[in-house]
Amino acid sequence: MDNNFNQWKSLAKEMRKDILQMCYLANSGHPGGSLSCVEILIVLFEHQMRLLSGSDDEKRDRFIFSKGHAVPAQYAYMIEKGILDREEMKTFRKQGSRLQGHPVKGKTPFTDFNPGSLGQGVSAATGMALGYKMKNSDQQVYVLIGDGESDEGIVWEAASAAVNYKLDNLTYIVDINGVQLDGTTKEIMDLGDLKMRYQAIGFIVDEIDGHNFAELLTAFSHHQPGKPHVILAHTVKGKGVSFMEGNCAFHGKAPNKEQLDIAIKEIEEA
Amino acid sequence: MAEEKLLATRAGYGQGLLDIGEKYDDVIVLEGDLGGATGSAAFRKAYPDRYIEAGIAEQNEVGMAAGLASVGFVPFVTSFAMFTAGRACEIVRNAVGYNHANVKLVGSHSGITPAADGGSHMCIEDFAWMKVIPHMVVLNPCDYNQTRLMVQKMYEYDGYCYMRTSREPVKNITTMDDDIQIGKAQVLREGKDLTIASTGIMTTFVMDVADQLSQQGIECTVLNYHTIKPFDGETLLKYVSTTNNLLTVEEHNIIGGFSESATAALFGKVGKIKYDYVAVQDCFGQTGNRQSLFPIYGLDNQTIYNKAIALLK
Repeated sequence: MDNNFNQWKSLAKEMRKDILQMCYLANSGHPGGSLSCVEILIVLFEHQMRLLSGSDDEKRDRFIFSKGHAVPAQYAYMIEKGILDREEMKTFRKQGSRLQGHPVKGKTPFTDFNPGSLGQGVSAATGMALGYKMKNSDQQVYVLIGDGESDEGIVWEAASAAVNYKLDNLTYIVDINGVQLDGTTKEIMDLGDLKMRYQAIGFIVDEIDGHNFAELLTAFSHHQPGKPHVILAHTVKGKGVSFMEGNCAFHGKAPNKEQLDIAIKEIEEA
Repeated sequence: MAEEKLLATRAGYGQGLLDIGEKYDDVIVLEGDLGGATGSAAFRKAYPDRYIEAGIAEQNEVGMAAGLASVGFVPFVTSFAMFTAGRACEIVRNAVGYNHANVKLVGSHSGITPAADGGSHMCIEDFAWMKVIPHMVVLNPCDYNQTRLMVQKMYEYDGYCYMRTSREPVKNITTMDDDIQIGKAQVLREGKDLTIASTGIMTTFVMDVADQLSQQGIECTVLNYHTIKPFDGETLLKYVSTTNNLLTVEEHNIIGGFSESATAALFGKVGKIKYDYVAVQDCFGQTGNRQSLFPIYGLDNQTIYNKAIALLK
């Protein structure tokens, strides 16, 4: 595993650089929340999900990027893996591009739901997991949720249904980077203790460091029959770039050239 | 001959679900704790494994349906029109519409005929909320038989659609042998003097008014628009071009409703015509019953009759 971790650490660095480049080239995008979920995506795509023959395989596990504004992280992963052409990075958020501002089914691989309107990916993922149960399929459904996104009421409607229908094939991953567009999550809408909330509803709950591969692997390995699973992954908004870390100004703002150069240097030297 | 027994379109929906539930394994029903009111309870009893109780949480009801559709089911999502089309409107737009999810939405207790419940439940906005969503098909069958048939049509249609139903028992004016097509208006009666285009249960009342008018020597064409979107402008144009007049009838707000679709379809395509409408005039409902409320909101047979006569002067 240590060998894997070293490879994953290099992959994370390259993905972070791609995310910054992509947002810089588009002069648009959401670097903060993309940088915070890099390790989560790596563990999901490199280890946890059964991707079988690839995106078009109907029997593979499903991933819903409910905090879809952070999709540069997924595009970056696919660029690093050669699933997307590196040149395509330049088209991100531009007219005619496959790399839409929020992911779109049929345009980019491994996109199982068109998110964007926050909270709805959680609901659709819950429906998918219920559907697989009804079909007696063992396919797993993973959904990446923002902590700011968790303000949305539909997230909690879906969570109740997940427990009610005993969806043990469903994993919510909450990227708790503590910052949303206008400020910190505590300032904007303090949701209190997410662990207690999810436990009270009836989930099995893991609370971990979302940048730590070992902790992510352990959390993903947990399973309890008849219960949905939530991984509360504590992360750093803008992870890896000193002036972006914990800074809501870079929730939805691209770096300029000078900021890009500093950011890339910081990531390379880390 | 059409039957005289009064039946609600919500009951037609319940029977329609049983019809397709028996034929197709991929039909599932999601309900928001209103199965006893919307007609879906019959399906729950017959096919409990394919009935999903979403609780009083219509946003998630619609969102889950999008997920269920993506794994191959054909979900029928049921609640009151106020909640399916209203409360969950943006979920319908994004999780269903923008995701091209094959979800069938049904809203019962529409218009001002869920009369005793009062204004909070009287949905006079659902056509507007639904028809503005790209590619959404909007259906409003007129009676029990037609609603039952329409459920089959919804299943056969490859894409998302919304159907309005009603709690008010009405006459069956159509038969189970009718050949209805989504997007094609049904000609229930042909007459040279006046064209009445009507939608939903209002058509059953319009047919009574047409009989009254006929007794006065006035012959009406009655076009039943069970489909509001896509709007069949061709059929309307054909009859209006002959009568040079039009009365539209709907149990919906005049703003954003059926009459807007009808008049937009004619604009620039006919010469000067006489036109009037029967619709709710931009106000909320209140507790009462159909007999007491319809005159207040100008939806009663007498108002339809008077407006028809006025158009011929």
